[in-house]
Amino acid sequence: MSDVSTKAAEGTDILRFIKANIRDTALLLSLLAIMVFFQITTGGVLFKPVNMTNLILQNSYIVIMALGMLLIIIAGHIDLSVGSVSGFVGSVAAIMMVPWKMDPFVTIAACLALGAAIGGIQGYFVAYHKIPAFIVTLAGMLIFKGLSLTVLGGASVGPFPKEFQLLSSGFVPDIFSVSLFGGPFNLLALMIGGLVTAIIIYFNVKERREQQAHGLAEEPHSIFLGRNVLIAAAFMGFSFLMAQYKGLPNVLIVMFTLIALFVFITTRTTFGRRVYAMGGNEKASKLSGINTERMTFLIFVIMGTLAALAGLIFAARLNVATPKAGLGFELEVIAACFIGGAAVTGGVGKIIGAVIGAFIIGVMNNGMSIMGVGIDWQQVIKGAVLMFAVFLDVYYKNKG
Amino acid sequence: MQTAAQPILEMRGITKTFPGVKALTNVNLTVMPAEIHAVVGENGAGKSTLMKVLSGVYPSGSYDGAIHFEGRERHFHSIANSEDTGIIIIHQELALVPLLSIAENIFLGHEPATHGVINWFEAFARTKELLNKVGLAEHPNTLITNIGTGKQQLVEIAKALNKKVKLLILDEPTSSLNETDSNALLELLKGFRAQGISSILITHKLNEVMKVADRITVLRDGMTVDTLDTSSGKVDEDRIIKAMVGRELTDRFPPRTPRIGEPILEVSNWNVFHPLHAERQVIRDVSLSVRAGEVVGIAGLMGAGRTELAMSVFGRAYGQKISGEVKIRGKTVDVSTIPKAMAAGLAYATEDRKTYGLVLIDHIKHNVTLANLEGVSSRSVIDEPSELSVANKYRKDLAIRCSSVFQTTVNLSGGNQQKVVLSKWLFSGPDVLILDEPTRGIDVGAKYEIYGIVNQLADAGKAVIVISSEMPELLGISDRIYVMNEGRFVAEMPAKEASQEKIMRAIMKSWDK
Repeated sequence: MSDVSTKAAEGTDILRFIKANIRDTALLLSLLAIMVFFQITTGGVLFKPVNMTNLILQNSYIVIMALGMLLIIIAGHIDLSVGSVSGFVGSVAAIMMVPWKMDPFVTIAACLALGAAIGGIQGYFVAYHKIPAFIVTLAGMLIFKGLSLTVLGGASVGPFPKEFQLLSSGFVPDIFSVSLFGGPFNLLALMIGGLVTAIIIYFNVKERREQQAHGLAEEPHSIFLGRNVLIAAAFMGFSFLMAQYKGLPNVLIVMFTLIALFVFITTRTTFGRRVYAMGGNEKASKLSGINTERMTFLIFVIMGTLAALAGLIFAARLNVATPKAGLGFELEVIAACFIGGAAVTGGVGKIIGAVIGAFIIGVMNNGMSIMGVGIDWQQVIKGAVLMFAVFLDVYYKNKG
Repeated sequence: MQTAAQPILEMRGITKTFPGVKALTNVNLTVMPAEIHAVVGENGAGKSTLMKVLSGVYPSGSYDGAIHFEGRERHFHSIANSEDTGIIIIHQELALVPLLSIAENIFLGHEPATHGVINWFEAFARTKELLNKVGLAEHPNTLITNIGTGKQQLVEIAKALNKKVKLLILDEPTSSLNETDSNALLELLKGFRAQGISSILITHKLNEVMKVADRITVLRDGMTVDTLDTSSGKVDEDRIIKAMVGRELTDRFPPRTPRIGEPILEVSNWNVFHPLHAERQVIRDVSLSVRAGEVVGIAGLMGAGRTELAMSVFGRAYGQKISGEVKIRGKTVDVSTIPKAMAAGLAYATEDRKTYGLVLIDHIKHNVTLANLEGVSSRSVIDEPSELSVANKYRKDLAIRCSSVFQTTVNLSGGNQQKVVLSKWLFSGPDVLILDEPTRGIDVGAKYEIYGIVNQLADAGKAVIVISSEMPELLGISDRIYVMNEGRFVAEMPAKEASQEKIMRAIMKSWDK
């Protein structure tokens, strides 16, 4: 085969691969385009280290809840209560720490358990009594919205002990003292960034080796290379930015650990596989010996726990628990999953998609706020983006 | 007959190409007035594509060739177009709304109305008339969900009659009907023929073709290979099969020398009640046993309780108030949940692959390991390479035809889908396999392969139960046959001594009691 034809073949391979993976490619490109757009319209504010840090803090609870929500949506259900539950758990935490003066760590543990229990109760009705999740969690949404008002007595409760605030406002302490660009530079942040990049690339290469060993590597070499360079650039650039401010927020570490954990669960474990199977065909899964009731129950327990964690992070960030906390979170979380490519019918969806979806919403919130777009138009625009993303999804699916 | 009658339908030189695939090549089909014309061919031969071209699902212009109906060239752009001219298709999957009544379904989209207000009196009166014509004694107000599949089929036909049908196309109409209902349906087609209505019958069941068809068009690999005239007297099933597969099928069942061992599964005094109507007993006092290396068939009409028996034994997947005892190798086992039944060594491959058997949106590999993820994982973490080699092993062993094990199962043919379901259960390592209608909707070649797999299982010392509505199949592959009717076992016979007549006689005698 001549050199020219090999090149041509590689070229068509690349095109075919991009076409076959248009959903993933389009999603990532949209996020990039949105970021570039706001970087320009905000006059360069978006990528400032301070703003990047803020963006992470503002978005972390949406991302964390989107992880659980994706499992729920893949399983073919929905959870409308997560906003109310996170608000309620934040209120309970406030009462435990402020008037009752309980230890923050005990409070955190107790609140996570409370979230799990709430998820468990809702999951029990969905799984074992076959009540549609839409109804159960709609009821939950009302109940916990009301309960957080009751718990707080309609007032705001705060401020919290220092240790608790660190959950949101804390940073991984710097162990080196380096200066760069005439300011302190958090070398540890950059090193952690480098380490994470190395780990991700290591796993990517390992996976590709395995694929090649079985003759399954469909991704053309150039795309694989480009993808990894892009990942490395994004992670290193990001940690470089963060290093110029206060370093890596604690929340970021929590968030990335959870993302990694959920990617692992959904792609590599029997639990994850069964969730997909259940959402794809519940009857067939049941007849294959999968305890679909217990699976559903567990997924709601996980969701409840994550909603509790998100509630704690949100309360810690504001340093006060208000009855309005968590209002409308469920909509952003659900939107993140659908923008990220999850299917309403169940069985389809990726963690990374939901995370990117959450960041698309987060960047838009952040960028539009900086630009001074009113909250009214922000909602209109976010709604339009959700509609457009799902339309593209359905359109390409039908085109086949 | 040999007068120069004009054909009612003539499809000439139909060629239909999909990206990368030529689905139909120069296909010709001619249907005469007042004729029952069978179209047969293996799965993937192009039967459904041809019917989609005819009905306008693939609009005029998306294919080459010409369609003449009642002497004029037609260009159909949608199903509504073809229905207006009197060509009506009844699909294998019925298009009825389960929670609406018979009358509402028949008039769906064509309600007799003035200014949008429905005249229900007229609708009822006309529904009664139509139901009379198809011989269905049901009240027009009955909900579709409350009548059986056979009767639903008749409602579909009544619906077609209401649309002034001239050419009725039936796609596998009897695949989910029992013998009696099938015969009634075929008689109905003969009645239509007498009234001058032509029918195209698409089916895998060659005995039905022989019973009613005037002429037979055989498709293979998207081409017309033969048109046979049954009145010539030279056509029999073997002749049709030969044309379909392009080779002589000397044996329709692969040979096997049974080596029967110890009893593996014993079920005694099994009683089951209907899951919704607690007073209705579905299974009455059934006892059965299957030995190692034995293939046991369960014969019976639709609704005899065969599937219900199998599913209730398999982890109580059906029914309530279940009583009785299940023994595996002489030891009583707990089969109260599906995981427990599987742990005890049972496997059940369902009669409805698409609804209960496969995760259609997922690929072959994931479907194969679904029932035994423990087998390819350690501490709940799936080992991808070993999962892949398992999937590839079954792909090779069962000759699953696919581009790779990453092909989505929804795109596989019925036979290959069935092989994926079998792979799934084989990988779960059972001692007892219950196969419910393992060859339903599968073409002749793939059926032969499935029988081969059944034989291999028996030779490997497994106990195999086959439930089938096709009696020749049961007679061909079983060692012993139980006959079931109205929830009871009414007869048991070695397959060697059994015959279709004997089985039917056993069923009929049990009705008399």
